[in-house]
Amino acid sequence: MSVKIGIPRALTYYAYYPVWKEFFEGLGMETVLSRPTTKKILDNGVKETVTDACVPIKLFHGHVLDLKDRVDYIFAPRFVSVNNEKTVTFCPKFLGLPNMIRSSISGLPPLIDIRIDLKKGRTELFKICYRLGRQFDADLLTIIKAYMRGLKAQARYQMLLNQQLTPVEVLNIMEGGEQPVQNTKESLKFAVLGFPYTVYDKFVNVDIINKLHKLGIRVLTAEMVPPKQLLSQAKKVPKNLFWNFSNQVLRAALYYLDNAKVDGIIHITAFGCGPDAMVDKMIELEAKQRGKIPFMSITVDEHTGEAGLMTRIEAFVDMMVLRRGLS
Amino acid sequence: MKISFPYMGTSHIAFKMLVKDLGHEPVVPPKPSKKTLTYGTQNSPEFACLPFKILLGSYLEAIEQGAELIITSGGAGPCRAGYYGVLHQKILQDLGHDTKITVMESPYRDIIDFLGKIRSVIKPGGVSWWTFIRVFKKAWEKLKALDDAEILSHEIRPFEISRGETTKVFKKCLDIIDEAYTLKEIQEAAEVTKKMLKSIHQDRSRRVLNVGIVGEIYVVLEPFANLEIETMLGEMGVQTHRSIYLSDWTRENTGFESKANVIKAASPYIDELFGGHGICSVGHTVLYSKKGFDGVVQLAPFTCIPEIVAKSILTQVTHDYGIPVLTVFLDEQTGKAGLQTRLEAFVDLLGQKRDVIEGAAMEGIAI
Ligand code: SF4
Ligand code: SF4
Repeated sequence: MSVKIGIPRALTYYAYYPVWKEFFEGLGMETVLSRPTTKKILDNGVKETVTDACVPIKLFHGHVLDLKDRVDYIFAPRFVSVNNEKTVTFCPKFLGLPNMIRSSISGLPPLIDIRIDLKKGRTELFKICYRLGRQFDADLLTIIKAYMRGLKAQARYQMLLNQQLTPVEVLNIMEGGEQPVQNTKESLKFAVLGFPYTVYDKFVNVDIINKLHKLGIRVLTAEMVPPKQLLSQAKKVPKNLFWNFSNQVLRAALYYLDNAKVDGIIHITAFGCGPDAMVDKMIELEAKQRGKIPFMSITVDEHTGEAGLMTRIEAFVDMMVLRRGLS
Repeated sequence: MKISFPYMGTSHIAFKMLVKDLGHEPVVPPKPSKKTLTYGTQNSPEFACLPFKILLGSYLEAIEQGAELIITSGGAGPCRAGYYGVLHQKILQDLGHDTKITVMESPYRDIIDFLGKIRSVIKPGGVSWWTFIRVFKKAWEKLKALDDAEILSHEIRPFEISRGETTKVFKKCLDIIDEAYTLKEIQEAAEVTKKMLKSIHQDRSRRVLNVGIVGEIYVVLEPFANLEIETMLGEMGVQTHRSIYLSDWTRENTGFESKANVIKAASPYIDELFGGHGICSVGHTVLYSKKGFDGVVQLAPFTCIPEIVAKSILTQVTHDYGIPVLTVFLDEQTGKAGLQTRLEAFVDLLGQKRDVIEGAAMEGIAI
């Protein structure tokens, strides 16, 4: 029977799942993905986490619990950096993630808590994979093959993203699902920005993207900005943020504010998120300075209410329709 | 030029002198108050950390007093503090103020570079490097004298016979150090204040508890932010030892005293620098525990990222070493009465625990 590696459907899942899934499978292991977020997963996470943590971290705990009794290992890497931008790292909660998990949850299977720090050099990712492979007694050739397989999957993921699909849609296609049909009737265009793990976790944000679709709104997200364009936004701010995902959100906001014609920007922030407090204010001020594109922020937490959220969205949309009608 | 700087503990007394010595007019922001906090909270994002809000309020108050330039520090470790300057500046702009904020990065890497930056920012017309270093050293001496007095005050307070005397004497000490101007005067003031504190009426027969204070730098250093927790504890008969002092921080970060020990102590639990002072909170707690302290209080702003991580790791430290840790998250709503109650309960627990251990020791039982 092959070794089972559990991968939590949370945090970096939305950005880096393909490479790890294919790599592990290339090594001959079985990967098990935690189930999509449910109330139970969230509640379990909330129970195990230090009370002051943000919702996404609580969710991560919940997903680890979902896997705990059905796998041999849990993949909970420490993300330190994913490119060579010198001052950029991840939120402290990513940096301390394996430690938090270990402190909070007892009776865990062993964690695969490799340290992913790609600014060390171009070959770093391979080195990490090599060490990991050796840990599971794979030979060099198998490791190389698995590594290539991982890279290929990640490249395909990126390519599909560039076709204006969301990570969830892409991951679905990669699992053999169908290409979603674009609704051509949609009239307004909104940028919906935030961490991939708050924007794409349907449960925690009460499925905001589909709600917008139903209102006839086309949704653009941070992942749909071509990576090069995204990077070139950096020069518009005096200093980079320290956190990878937050930089992406801020840069995407600047991109949509300046280059792409969107009718509004919605920032989804996580309750209790430190970086978001800064980013949200930055976007608000940048939008205000330009004075053209309306901005709204929505905070999601354990008890995000469907009704309240809908009212706010509808009011925002109404305002937009009104603006359009007048101009 | 009118130059201001953050208000943090007693450090303004030293910074004020430095700015003056460099030929500028210092603007000391008022001691943070309810008003400061209201200013800050009104203009900050809701979930910004407490230091962000107090600092912003402070800057606005300094601007009311005519500050044209604000010099601040970028904080240690990759955390929100590193971005405070940028966002504060944006918010000030948005409010229609053109006061500039200049951020000094931590002097950690290169002290010469750090000094050079200060010198160039302040443009001390005609002040030579030699003079600059002299006045800088003087300010440093003052900072140390201030910290030394404070350290001593926390040692003595639990023994004071009339409640509140230490605090009164300490205030006088600050005035004396404030007035000292030449290097010699500063050194003398340091001596005098030490004597003053030591001659406070004390009952040395009291058995006091020892509590270490760890946490995020701003709320540890600024009594307004931590509701004067050290004074509160002191008056409950607890000797507090603080893991962070400004002079200590600069000494550490400038290579005078290495952080290595603290990080080493934390390493069995976490060997990743995860921003802010998070790892130090873990390391210091381990060290306090090894030194036989009765407990540790962790101070953190509400939503403080690294301290939340540290808190979850500290549960393991408590588990391994048995040292009780009380985490206090502070925000604009935290009230003194509520904190007092929590502290009393914590101190009670520490007292009982010590009695049990001592009782067992007397009977020769190992716990
Ligand atoms: S970036 Fe925000 S939401 Fe994400 S883990 Fe950190 S605090 Fe939580
Ligand atoms: S360490 Fe805490 S208080 Fe300091 S910037 Fe980071 S989150 Fe804010």
